[in-house]
Amino acid sequence: MSSTEISIEKIDSIIDSIGTEQTYLIPVLQRVQEEYNYLPKDALVRIGVKMGISPATVYGVATFYSLFSLDPKGKYQIKCCDGTACHVRGSMPVLNALKAKLKLEDGQKNSADGLFSIETVSCLGACGLAPVIVINDKVYPKMTPDAVKIAIDEIIKREKGE
Amino acid sequence: MSDTVKKTLFVDGKEVEFNDEKNLLEVIRKAGFEVPTLCYRPELRSFGACRMCVVEIEGRGIQSSCTMPPEPNLKVHVNSEAVRKVRKSVLELLLANHNRECTMCPRSHNCELQALANKYEIREVKFPSREKLLPIDDSNPALVRDPNKCILCGACVRACSEYQGLEILGFTHRGSKTLVSPALGKKLGEVDCVYCGQCAAVCPTAAITIKSDVQRVREMIADKESTVVCQIAPSVRVAAGEEFGLKPGDNVIGKLAAALRMVGFDKVYDTNFAADVTIMEEGTEFIDRLTNGGVLPLFTSCCPAWIRYIETQHPELLPHVSTTRSPEAIFGSAIKDIAVNRDGFARDKYKIVSFMPCTSKKTECKRPEFAVDGIPDVDCVLTTQELVALIKGSGIDLKNVEPEELDMPFGLYTGAATIFGVSGGVAEAALRTVSEIVTGKPIENIDIKETRGLNRCKELTLELNGQKVKVVIVNTLREAEKMLQKVIDGTADFQMLEVMACPGGCVGGGGQPISCNNPVKKNQRAEGLYNEDSSLQYRKSHENPAVKKFYEEWFEKPGSHKAHELLHTSYINRFETCYKNTK
Repeated sequence: MSSTEISIEKIDSIIDSIGTEQTYLIPVLQRVQEEYNYLPKDALVRIGVKMGISPATVYGVATFYSLFSLDPKGKYQIKCCDGTACHVRGSMPVLNALKAKLKLEDGQKNSADGLFSIETVSCLGACGLAPVIVINDKVYPKMTPDAVKIAIDEIIKREKGE
Repeated sequence: MSDTVKKTLFVDGKEVEFNDEKNLLEVIRKAGFEVPTLCYRPELRSFGACRMCVVEIEGRGIQSSCTMPPEPNLKVHVNSEAVRKVRKSVLELLLANHNRECTMCPRSHNCELQALANKYEIREVKFPSREKLLPIDDSNPALVRDPNKCILCGACVRACSEYQGLEILGFTHRGSKTLVSPALGKKLGEVDCVYCGQCAAVCPTAAITIKSDVQRVREMIADKESTVVCQIAPSVRVAAGEEFGLKPGDNVIGKLAAALRMVGFDKVYDTNFAADVTIMEEGTEFIDRLTNGGVLPLFTSCCPAWIRYIETQHPELLPHVSTTRSPEAIFGSAIKDIAVNRDGFARDKYKIVSFMPCTSKKTECKRPEFAVDGIPDVDCVLTTQELVALIKGSGIDLKNVEPEELDMPFGLYTGAATIFGVSGGVAEAALRTVSEIVTGKPIENIDIKETRGLNRCKELTLELNGQKVKVVIVNTLREAEKMLQKVIDGTADFQMLEVMACPGGCVGGGGQPISCNNPVKKNQRAEGLYNEDSSLQYRKSHENPAVKKFYEEWFEKPGSHKAHELLHTSYINRFETCYKNTK
């Protein structure tokens, strides 16, 4: 999935600005992810080579933390809250409806058209509006399986209309 | 500077003295108590992953003994009911995630998990099993990875990092999704793996195993039109017997000769013959470089994992590597050449099988430059483990076989050749011949003790006609890398570098019977080789009468045109083959 051309100079300059010691691996990964919106595989190798960490170890760290993504993210990034309040108010049916709507298999985070990517988060700090999802920066309160399908359809319609 | 105060602790009520043991487990085992382990490997860092080595310590509860430093007056219980319960639950959890197809598993006879499940009488697993099996990775030419057998003990990860410094394998993902895998989810055939097989050697289960070629060899033998001959590497003879109840270090070359004839081989030869030829070629090359200002230090070239390491990691240093082929490859090219061009065999009907301690040799014989008209010099390489399977599968118990002589002339060898199987042996063999050729008189002390022992790094300095020659001997690629850095930064003060990738050399090869829990076995195997060396009539390669005749009749002299064609090789820059595109 990683066809993004990485810029070795860009990655090197990120590493140089943070530090080449191995302890800076996570901040470096964070900055590189900010740059590309995800962690391209070639970037992981370059980080390993430049910081003297084996690519297997860099890959291990990148796959360990859910904050890192090895897949390119969609144009619309959906954050589905599964914190305690959202969970008891039915966030799982909402999430399942989302996955069904976007035809996502188990573990798959991106829709095939590249339009949507989905992640679960632990709390968005809007428990009064539970269950909540956020698409890019827009908050969708008090979601239900039906409401979430409508929200997605609206975005798709808008995309087609443009 | 040992403290004179005696330090003791109590194991099941018995007072036990301890000194510098690195952990409690070692103390307990040294005192003669048994503690089960799966992830613990004495030569590697303690990891504390498998939780089998738990013991009960009064006042501290259940602790893993492999990660706990010994302290005075600890009261330890190694087999209390509480401890047994923990071990049983852990075993059940491990078994729940383990593909329990034990009857068909290549590690069925020596799986550490299976042995413990039996010992702890696990007859049912309360937890549900993994729903879907993960794909098996057989992309590597020498090794097969089966993640469904992996118990995440991390032994392979540590071996690859601590022995070879390569860190090909690592842990990926998290929690119940954790896997051991090469970087970026690549297959083991797509990375800079040097095929040393140490990951398989330390694996307690069949998560990493050697790719078996036994059936291919059986088919060669079954083909009545083919002549099938074999060569046996030095370190195989002192290890194969272990699987038949003999001691590590027992030399079974005669028994192997007899058993392999029973299996159906037409001739049983010895790689040692070719090791003597190697010394003639590599020795000549070394003297030439020494006297004519060639590229120094010279790196030995017998170890295919080392060759692949240089080719993939440091191609700029390839001119240092001796162009002499490995003994195994020399045997293949020379003996097949003689069979075809002197004795009139059809090239495709004369098969050579190599029995090696080495998984990496499986790839060496596939190098296109080690073939003539597209037909490989060596048709198949079997590891010691596969040799054992071949013999056992033919219904032969090596222990009860009457020893026979090897076939001549390519079964004649010197003591110098037989020590090729242990770290330091190649250097010692080379120095015995080189010093005699350079100085014109026999070496004073034929046993060059400085080259011996299983230390990772050894060195010695010799004076040859007033010229000081320093030789450095390393085993494991992590150690080799340190020497390469010296060559790169110009501080290398040595003229020869012997490298063997496996810890201890070929006696500790990845294809040998599994010995990771008992490093002493490697010592005993090495001892077996040194014993054979000192018992042989000829102990210097250049004295081997068969080698002399080999040159007189077929190869003229060491370094001749024909020798260069068939006994030497060139190397390939493989720097770009893996994920180096980002370097």
